[in-house]
Amino acid sequence: MLLAQAKLKETIFDQPELALTRDGFGKGLLELGETNKQVVALCADLAESTRMLAFKEKYPERYVEIGVAEQNLAAVASGLANYGKIPFIASYATFSPGRNNEQIRTTISLNNVPVKIVGSHAGLSVGPDGATHQALEDIALMRVQPNMTILSPCDSVEAYKATLAAAAHPGPVYLRLAREKTPVMTTAETPFVFGKAQMLWLSDEEPHVAIFATGPLLYQALLAAKELEGEIPVSVTNIHTIKPLDRVAVISAARDAGAVVTVEEHQVAGGLGSAVAEVLAEEFPVPIQFVGVRDQFGQSGRPDELLEYYKLSSAHIVTAVRKAVMRKK
Amino acid sequence: LDMADIFAALYFHVLKHDPKNPNWDERDRLILSNGHIVPVRYAAMAHAGYFPVEECLTLRKFGSRLQGHPERLRLPGLETTSGPLGSGLSQAAGIALGARMDAPARFGASIPKFRVYCALSDGEHDAGNLWEAAMFAGANKLANLTAIIDRNHIQINGVTEEVMPLEGLRAKYEAFNWHVIEVGGHNIRVFIDAVEEAKAIVDRPTVIIAHTIPGKGVKEIEFDYLWHGKPPSAEEGKKFLHELRTLKGTIQSEHE
Repeated sequence: MLLAQAKLKETIFDQPELALTRDGFGKGLLELGETNKQVVALCADLAESTRMLAFKEKYPERYVEIGVAEQNLAAVASGLANYGKIPFIASYATFSPGRNNEQIRTTISLNNVPVKIVGSHAGLSVGPDGATHQALEDIALMRVQPNMTILSPCDSVEAYKATLAAAAHPGPVYLRLAREKTPVMTTAETPFVFGKAQMLWLSDEEPHVAIFATGPLLYQALLAAKELEGEIPVSVTNIHTIKPLDRVAVISAARDAGAVVTVEEHQVAGGLGSAVAEVLAEEFPVPIQFVGVRDQFGQSGRPDELLEYYKLSSAHIVTAVRKAVMRKK
Repeated sequence: LDMADIFAALYFHVLKHDPKNPNWDERDRLILSNGHIVPVRYAAMAHAGYFPVEECLTLRKFGSRLQGHPERLRLPGLETTSGPLGSGLSQAAGIALGARMDAPARFGASIPKFRVYCALSDGEHDAGNLWEAAMFAGANKLANLTAIIDRNHIQINGVTEEVMPLEGLRAKYEAFNWHVIEVGGHNIRVFIDAVEEAKAIVDRPTVIIAHTIPGKGVKEIEFDYLWHGKPPSAEEGKKFLHELRTLKGTIQSEHE
């Protein structure tokens, strides 16, 4: 059942409210404009769709237009951060941190300056735009850079909190956002601590499988947990901070359940599943099933069609949980 | 060697800086985009008093603050971490823009508290990122930014005009809204004049194209692109230094 201390919305299974994680970011950035004068925003010709537009209109003197030049986006922000500003840079995740990966590596991560990279339209749910615009490798790209941290909020409310947390963190941050409206699970009262995973669902009986999910697919994980009620008891943990990973929470949930399923809208290679597997392989090996994209590019389609085709929806999470249980025996 | 005269001019005349307080807020920023020439910067910094001259001998060795390519977090005064070419001008533009955002208004204009200098190689003008930065700095009229190009005509694979022609470099920068000054890169007085001229240009960034001679002062290696990234052997080093310190045998040096 949903854990009371997570203070989630009560109606999430019956009538989920839909909202954009991008809007949560836009709201957070606008608030930072007021509360932190060092915050500046840079955008690569996508101010409306990355939700930087409101900041641009209210604080034009702290908004920097870069044009379609993502390498320059990263490196100019590096200079601004080096000088003392807190730059947020926004584009689609395929372009930033995709196209400008080396500039991020050298001028932001190795240089260790507090640039906040906002990658919007991440995952398959970009939908009709197709594979060129569906970032499925961005977590992997950012995870292997020392000094970089990764926030992957599950809904619009959490994206707002993650934006404030990104500004407060003294180093580089990658903030991963989606394009489409997704179910709002958390509330203003739901605790959010940078670097701390949070369990949202725990069965009455001892759990047999621990599910770790990140981003909007967390909702599919909760649907799977509900569907499995009475069959296989599970726990569901929200990993909004993929790096640094909350090792203590991951090990403890895996130890309690003895098997793990990871869920992400990203390649299985290098993403959340890999991060969890790296910790557990060293600390507490248990069977793990990965729900994610398996070495394929995406394609055009409705988000729900794509989640089905690439086996990321709740039905596939249920299958993965059953497999994990079987492998325990 | 092609940039030795310019770095001497920068550290001992041009830059507003304090070796004892390398993080001074109002210091001029020198951004080294072509990180591979950092040995000349280390040498100038050591002589300016940032660290003991003897530490230069730890260059590229394990545990040294003097990494093969410059790292900001290892040695105070380096400003940025660099090496991969083409991104330094963007960072310099970011710093110049930040300074202008915070500039106090004087006489109806914003006067930033410091200037930003950015050293560039000519070969790195092959990189798209550099032209993104040139376009950005021109568009934003970053008058507190001065770029200095080491126009030595060589890069690793050969002569720049054969690898990927860069001319007309002046016309390209002018088209991107830059003020362009061309100087002989071994004439310190003329270089300093150009830096002063840049301070008077208030509506555009300035680029100083410094025509330099690679391997300047050592006859055997001058103009030879094969010496672009090759250290001399101990014996060659001794011979080359002798040639430099005696101005090709025309004067007697203190080391003799």
